[in-house]
Amino acid sequence: MKKTRHLIHDYLRHSKKFPHIWCAGCGIGIFMNALIRVIDQSEYSKDDIVLVSGIGCSGRLPVYVDFNTLHTTHGRALTFATGIKLAQPRLKVITIMGDGDATAIGGNHLIHAARRNVDITSFIINNQIYGMTGGQTSPTTPHGAKTVSSPYGNPEPDFDISRLVEAAGANFVGRTTVYHTPLLDKLIDKALHKPGFSMVEVIAQCVTYSGRWLGLSSPADMMKWQRDNAIPIEKAREMSKEELKGKVIIGILTDKDRPSYYEEYGKLF
Amino acid sequence: MSQQNKVSESAPQRVLLQGNEACVQGSLLAGCRFFAGYPITPATEIMEIMSRELPKAGGTFIQMEDEIASMGAIIGASLAGVKSMTATSGPGFSLMQENIGFASMTEVPCVIVDVMRSGPSTGIPTQPSQGDVMQARWGTHGDHPIIVLAPSSVYECLELAVQAFNLSERYRTPVILLIDEVIAHMREGVVLPTKGDFEIENRPQPTVPPEWYVPYSDPGTGVPSLPAFGQGYRYHVTGLYHDVWGYPTSRKDEVGPFIERIFSKITRNFDRLQLFNSFHTEDAQVTVIAYGCIARSAHQAVAEARSKGLKAGLITLKVIWPFMRRTVVGALGKSARVLVPELNVGQISREVKRVNEGRAEISTLNRVDGTLITPREILQAIEDIHP
Repeated sequence: MKKTRHLIHDYLRHSKKFPHIWCAGCGIGIFMNALIRVIDQSEYSKDDIVLVSGIGCSGRLPVYVDFNTLHTTHGRALTFATGIKLAQPRLKVITIMGDGDATAIGGNHLIHAARRNVDITSFIINNQIYGMTGGQTSPTTPHGAKTVSSPYGNPEPDFDISRLVEAAGANFVGRTTVYHTPLLDKLIDKALHKPGFSMVEVIAQCVTYSGRWLGLSSPADMMKWQRDNAIPIEKAREMSKEELKGKVIIGILTDKDRPSYYEEYGKLF
Repeated sequence: MSQQNKVSESAPQRVLLQGNEACVQGSLLAGCRFFAGYPITPATEIMEIMSRELPKAGGTFIQMEDEIASMGAIIGASLAGVKSMTATSGPGFSLMQENIGFASMTEVPCVIVDVMRSGPSTGIPTQPSQGDVMQARWGTHGDHPIIVLAPSSVYECLELAVQAFNLSERYRTPVILLIDEVIAHMREGVVLPTKGDFEIENRPQPTVPPEWYVPYSDPGTGVPSLPAFGQGYRYHVTGLYHDVWGYPTSRKDEVGPFIERIFSKITRNFDRLQLFNSFHTEDAQVTVIAYGCIARSAHQAVAEARSKGLKAGLITLKVIWPFMRRTVVGALGKSARVLVPELNVGQISREVKRVNEGRAEISTLNRVDGTLITPREILQAIEDIHP
């Protein structure tokens, strides 16, 4: 308890932004908590860190925390982050995006940031829905799911964010759920310390909207779903495609040492 | 090129420069050290020269995946404390509008060059127009302040690039340098400015320690200070309406004063934003109001009209937005007839008509077929309306 109080006092902004905008039972707060916890244990000072977000529920995260914070336009967080990192390479630049934010409107920026391997640590909170606008289908909404914008079922297949970012060239890719908090902490820590582009996909529950089409009405039920359907990568390697259907593979999915953009750019002069 | 790009330390140096090259010269002189862009005709030379020259000047260049990303990157770099710019043409300028609005709302200094080309959509990429005048003013959504400058010579590309950065830093606003294809690709002899020819301005810095810093409070000038990220002043930046702390708000007693302040930064400084050239305006009975490449045709036409004994004059606008009402009204009051030639269907002429209020008789001369308006055509129009 003492520990939590210290984190609240040191890292949450004290004036005027609370209560936060997230629904009761939302998964984003669990991620924010983990992020603060890991940064507190790291060598980074609050002045070193720039937190950049896009638009949506996850986009509201930076305003609550006491870093250099930037809430940008929809899908564009990585473009602003690229400018910040190249202009002031000593800063630790972190982006927070949602699934619609990062893979629909910001999909182009995501693949190019990964390809360039710019020194940015990015987190994509994947709740498989557009939450802030009222529960419309996103690129990660499962095939067949009924939402307010696919009332007869989603005709599209869903994106595998981690495989996309891995294929685009990121140095580090990890996936976890907010239920698996020790893994969440571990992946945040690894991603923060990895040179080049790193991305952690964080599966989180949107109780208000995506819970409806999963038939799960409480935060506890949704987190139990995360518990029961997440398979560690080590175990998944021994399972068949058929057995892995509908499961979420978690853990470190990619860990490479390709030179970062800044390193490559620096070599030229 | 490397020789040309050095601002000479001693004797003035005369060089042959293209408008786009001069724009780079001015930007580097003003302290630009970050460029993000995407190839597009007829602005590409600016990006190419920047990619070569910025690393030599200790700056950073990056080619982004599109113009949306370019605009995001320069805002990010500017928040990190580095003077930043991008350059594009019509289609790319349209893509940038989203984040230009963000820069206006969050008061982040940056410079956007739009080299205007012909037509809507893809149009004619290699031919000139002045069709982006209104897009430069109102291209992004919502009411917002903006400053737009338009050069009509190669030297002015340099001069107004410096001004663009200075105004951007002074008022914490995006500034658009609106060049047309003719001026951008034309070559002219330019005497390079020597050090000290221009005053270089930088954004206001806080005079209080971080614990007393209120990021969006009005220090009396309407322009709050802007420390760089990482400097110890941790603050929040958002495109949402925000209070003096930078935190989102929808309270009318906070939104109202905020939007009034960001407009007032510009409106209270109208007198400092009257940049123009006048030519034979004192006794003119026909005054031509022009800008960009068409001001050059108009200059020639006015000179020829004078040699024929006609009392013609010319005002060349260097500031397009905010519209220089007091300068133009002055001309409208003195001259019975006014001619506004433009390479569009009539964008600045609407503004001239708006502020005229019955003072003068206003004629327009427009072209949108990708070709220039010639001095002869303007001379003919002067003769037609001369009393």
